[in-house]
Amino acid sequence: MNKIQVIVGLGSCGIAAGAAKVYNEIERIKEADNLDFVLKKTSCIGMCFKEPLVEIKDDTGSYLYGEVDTKKIDAILESHIIKSIPLKDYLVYSDVIETPDSKYFKGQVKIALRNCGYIDPESIEEYEARKGYQAIKKIAEEKISCQDVIKIVIDSGLRGRGGGGFPTGLKWKFANSSPGTEKYVICNADEGDPGAFMDRSVLEGDPHSVLEGMIIAAYSIGANQGVIYCRAEYPLAVKRLNKAIEQARQKGYLGKDIFGIEGFDFDIYVKEGAGAFVCGEETALIASVEGERGMPRRRPPFPAVSGLWRKPTNINNVETYANIPWIILNGAAEFSKYGTEKSKGTKVFALTGKIKNGGLVEVPMGITIREIIYNLGGGIIGDKKFKAVQLGGPSGGCIPEYLSDTIVDYDSVNATGAIMGSGGMVVMDETTCMVDVARFFLDFTQKESCGKCTFCRIGTKRMLEILTRITEGEGKEGDIEKLETLANQIRESSLCGLGQTAPNPVLTTIKYFRDEYEAHIRDKKCPALYCKKLLTYEVIPEKCVGCFVCKRGCPVNAIEGEKKQVHFIKQELCIKCGDCYSKCKFDAIKVF
Amino acid sequence: MRIERFCKIEEKEALTQDVNLNLIEPLIKKYKYKKGNLIPLLQGVQNIYGYIPEQAFYEISRQTGLKLNDLYGVATFYAQFRLKPVGKNIVRICHGTACHVQNASKVTEDLLNFLEIKDGETTPDGIFTVESVACLGCCSLAPVMMIGDETYGKLTGKKAVDIVKEVRRKEVLKSKKIEEPSTN
Repeated sequence: MNKIQVIVGLGSCGIAAGAAKVYNEIERIKEADNLDFVLKKTSCIGMCFKEPLVEIKDDTGSYLYGEVDTKKIDAILESHIIKSIPLKDYLVYSDVIETPDSKYFKGQVKIALRNCGYIDPESIEEYEARKGYQAIKKIAEEKISCQDVIKIVIDSGLRGRGGGGFPTGLKWKFANSSPGTEKYVICNADEGDPGAFMDRSVLEGDPHSVLEGMIIAAYSIGANQGVIYCRAEYPLAVKRLNKAIEQARQKGYLGKDIFGIEGFDFDIYVKEGAGAFVCGEETALIASVEGERGMPRRRPPFPAVSGLWRKPTNINNVETYANIPWIILNGAAEFSKYGTEKSKGTKVFALTGKIKNGGLVEVPMGITIREIIYNLGGGIIGDKKFKAVQLGGPSGGCIPEYLSDTIVDYDSVNATGAIMGSGGMVVMDETTCMVDVARFFLDFTQKESCGKCTFCRIGTKRMLEILTRITEGEGKEGDIEKLETLANQIRESSLCGLGQTAPNPVLTTIKYFRDEYEAHIRDKKCPALYCKKLLTYEVIPEKCVGCFVCKRGCPVNAIEGEKKQVHFIKQELCIKCGDCYSKCKFDAIKVF
Repeated sequence: MRIERFCKIEEKEALTQDVNLNLIEPLIKKYKYKKGNLIPLLQGVQNIYGYIPEQAFYEISRQTGLKLNDLYGVATFYAQFRLKPVGKNIVRICHGTACHVQNASKVTEDLLNFLEIKDGETTPDGIFTVESVACLGCCSLAPVMMIGDETYGKLTGKKAVDIVKEVRRKEVLKSKKIEEPSTN
């Protein structure tokens, strides 16, 4: 009989939800009661909505407990470890017992996330036990030439997972054929999209797979130095990457003549970003690595020809690199088995917003948005009406409910006006105001514009001003058209992806939710009842009992009425704070 | 574009009198002759002081030969760098998309009202600086804020205010050197 394993998920989300406290508590109980099991750590398994998660593995199978706190863990350990009876009440997933939440894992195919939540990310041995570093060893042993490696990657159909969707193999081919002996490999881990955390999970959960992917890329293009440009907002990812690099160096996986390939010297270091969204753009990222202001420059020349320190450079995103070892080991055909004609393999999405089961999912390309939201995501919180899903962050757009049978691949998503992006999927329900969403993204891009291109710098500011005006009830006829004109100008006159795509959230919301814009502008109403200045609060006379609660709470004394008599809100004084609405115990205040 | 500048002269005199430049000596030595290391150098300086004091710019420029305007250009470009002193605890309120649709602006509003400061400012007692940030990457716990390295999720305005009150209470006790009564 193998020893029972108790594994605690210690990703950033898990720790924020209290997983570290649970871990310490398990350790304490184990010592105090002298229990016989192995206590281990892992990272995010993807079920963020049930964090903190504790998995118990015994001879009968694996049992995942969710929303564990220091009180529940006592009961779980007592039942499962001492009495050997799995505690069904707290069980969220098991390969033995069917649970209501098990739908979350059905339909998922894990390639990039193959080890996340299964291994201790701080142990190189556990990575190796799951075929880690076997791909590069295979290349070394079978003496696969760099051309052949590139061919495998091209044949697999893998496209850049950072959002652009450029074929990865082709990128490598260009960097490989660029002349020069000094070349670089960069991993773009500057995941700046608000609402996306796929790369963080991979870096925290399986850093070695990214290192191995980079080593294979370096071998293919002939690079000797690798850089991981990671957001400074991800301290845990930076820590685990540095630890992984140190372990790889000790094993001789980084350094000189690695894996017995003569003349193949390669090392990696981590460069921390300093908080600029535009640095996710490859030329801006390179400028930042060089210690400059992270401003993009004109392409061509592309980084494959002239990148870091003007040398040929290959830049891929975290998830792209994480796919590489799997592709080399299992072959191009096995990877291209998944997906659609032009988009192969799987994609990781960070499912967030008004969704029941928020978290990280990896699905084969070609699945529909509806399937992701309802089958994996479990539908909308409070069973409200699903309105739209936002894909691709500030560069992307909103796809309305009636297009939710759109399949997930680069070309189908682009056809809606949104972009696939890096994989943030924010679900919105009927209480989300689409004009406000557009304003929110413009506010973001406007702040993050580096200021180099006039239209991006000033145009986004003008668009934001118009949108803010509309949400405050000051919208004018012609505003929508003005927004469209500005959007096209910004799109056409910006150098980099940030500016070219910044108008997307506005254009898609106008395209699909024009009526909401019109309601704001003409009727001065917000149909989603979100924009504060456009709301009206009124007392429903039949329901009001005259209890004084709202009157006492009103910060501007806008409510009048005698005790036990119907109250009245003076509209000219009301500041629309909503205090009366939330305090009324009799639902006697209506908002419209 | 975000624009941040050094604080006004009168503010500055009160704030920047005693900056011990010896503290950054090892950092400058470490990064001096390596190309492309300005950002890690500034990050190191900020880790020491909590912000980048004006004197540090002069010192770095003097020793490395980098131009002052290049230093200032880089420091003002990145959101991470601060040119003003900050409070003991930095409260970072997430305004990512997921937090936004879960009403993060209400959390911010309530918190700022309670602390009686504006976004980016420090409380007069020097205990808190509030910053709104784009995304902390804990979207499934939205709305989220971080105080120091601790993350708090699924917030409401009231919950956020309660957390801040608790942190302040502890800080005040600490400054008065009163031992927290043990709960065990």
